[in-house]
Amino acid sequence: MTAIYVENLTKMYGSFTAVDRISFEIPEGEIFGLLGPNGAGKTTAISMLATLLKPTSGAAMINGHSIAGGEDGVRRSIGIVFQDQSLDEELTAFENMDFHGRLYRIPNPLRQEKIAELLALVELDGRQHDLVKTFSGGMRRRLEIARGLLHRPKVLFLDEPTLGLDPQTRNHLWEYIERLNREAGITIILTTHYMEEADRLCDRVAIIDHGRIVALDAPGALKEAVGGDVITITSPDPAAVASAVTAAGALRAEQYDGTVRINLQHAERHIMEIVARLSGNGVPADSISIRKPTLEDVFLHFTGRSMRDETADERDRMRMYQRTARR
Amino acid sequence: MDIIYTIWLRSVKRYLRSKSRIIGTLGMPLFFLLFLGFGLNSIVSIPGTGEGYTAFLVPGIVAMSVLFTSVFAGIQIIWDKQFGFLKETLVAPVSRMEIMLGQTLGGATTACIQGVIILVLSLFIGLTLSSAAGFLIALCFMALIGISFTAFGIAIASRMEDMHGFQLVMNFVVFPIFGLSGALFPISSLPSWLAPLTMADPLTYGVEGIRYGLSGTSQIDPLLCGGVLIAFAAATALAGAFLFRKMSA
Repeated sequence: MTAIYVENLTKMYGSFTAVDRISFEIPEGEIFGLLGPNGAGKTTAISMLATLLKPTSGAAMINGHSIAGGEDGVRRSIGIVFQDQSLDEELTAFENMDFHGRLYRIPNPLRQEKIAELLALVELDGRQHDLVKTFSGGMRRRLEIARGLLHRPKVLFLDEPTLGLDPQTRNHLWEYIERLNREAGITIILTTHYMEEADRLCDRVAIIDHGRIVALDAPGALKEAVGGDVITITSPDPAAVASAVTAAGALRAEQYDGTVRINLQHAERHIMEIVARLSGNGVPADSISIRKPTLEDVFLHFTGRSMRDETADERDRMRMYQRTARR
Repeated sequence: MDIIYTIWLRSVKRYLRSKSRIIGTLGMPLFFLLFLGFGLNSIVSIPGTGEGYTAFLVPGIVAMSVLFTSVFAGIQIIWDKQFGFLKETLVAPVSRMEIMLGQTLGGATTACIQGVIILVLSLFIGLTLSSAAGFLIALCFMALIGISFTAFGIAIASRMEDMHGFQLVMNFVVFPIFGLSGALFPISSLPSWLAPLTMADPLTYGVEGIRYGLSGTSQIDPLLCGGVLIAFAAATALAGAFLFRKMSA
């Protein structure tokens, strides 16, 4: 059964298109990732699916309810963990959970039971009567996830779930998300700009850039699309390196920031040939490395840019724009 | 009803937990009461009633404290927006109307508690309550002021981006509403050009209603006061609900 169905969903702020005709379908029980740099439109897409934002055009169904017209059904079907914190810091962990349970009209013996169960699951039962303002970032995240699960949603939205967390907490959360999906069968849609996160967790990943989906497949298949292994050569003269290796024929070489990247199958068999060609032509090279492709390479392959290129400037400008457009 | 109660409960819990806010918002009304009351009591006598200025002033100061607390409680929705908590309520399967009513009743409740605290404190400086029924009448008027102005605060907050506009609202809207009402002076002694402004101020009817409850006499018929204030509460609640419906997280 289809948990989420999205067709040509679009959001415009004035003449700026934040989300541009995205379409996808997520079967029940899948972990689906929206991967892209900051400002790519991931959060805007999630906000529309969660009925917090009205789309400019397009349609979406969640658990059989339309986001335009069936808002209440959608809201009952989803749990959401926002990118920015949405807890009441002046209340205790338990009170935040209790507030949520009452909002979703969970009757009392069951409500108390579920709260206790979930707080134990995220290992916050010992701190449940402490005010949230005394909690660390990781604890708040865990509490938000527990809260998002309280009403047994069919679909869980996680907007940058591990943003700003230390590696240990992040690992812990990943295991936790996987367990939820495996044991409770919850469909999960998450946004992230961490490649490892998408790679590790997602059954399928949609790469989103400037509001558009540029590729959508399983992480393994996406990496295969890059074309085998990645050889990176650092050199003071990348242009000469590129022309030396492409002269061999079937090779494709991309120059990027003082390095040359070559994608080819079975790189280890060709490395000697490349080295010979470089020294034969007298082209200087500082280092050569071979590795399996990552989603970073996939992003580069489909967009021609590295995800790390996205400067803070551009991101901030975008946010400013969205903010003024909303007024 | 459950949802309204849930949101009300959160407001009241937050209020009872922030001791500094309770004491902070008591400060200004209390100082007004002490300085104006003691300062002017000996030189001002209220024509017609024969009562001292302090006894005249208490209902006005009670209304003031309810007014300020409730406007602030309404505008607090902005904090919820900035700290992200508003999203949690907006994404839940509840109607905006329920959220708005819960906030309004929560704000009105905290405002009434502030008003009662002022009332109790003024017992120490010579206020005497005429009857239990009178106290209840005063409480009803406090509740009506509280509901009206919390809804008013929510309506304003729905149109505000952040807390920067708060001082503007306090200085140019809330303070004039207080100053023009009959809180500090009897309406009958106003110059003729000022009287219409005072009669157009909804708080005037709240002050007079509380005054009737506490002292048994007022310059405006208490039934008229009640009628005007109920109409005003309904109007602000509608405006608040309408504007809050359009507020985005």
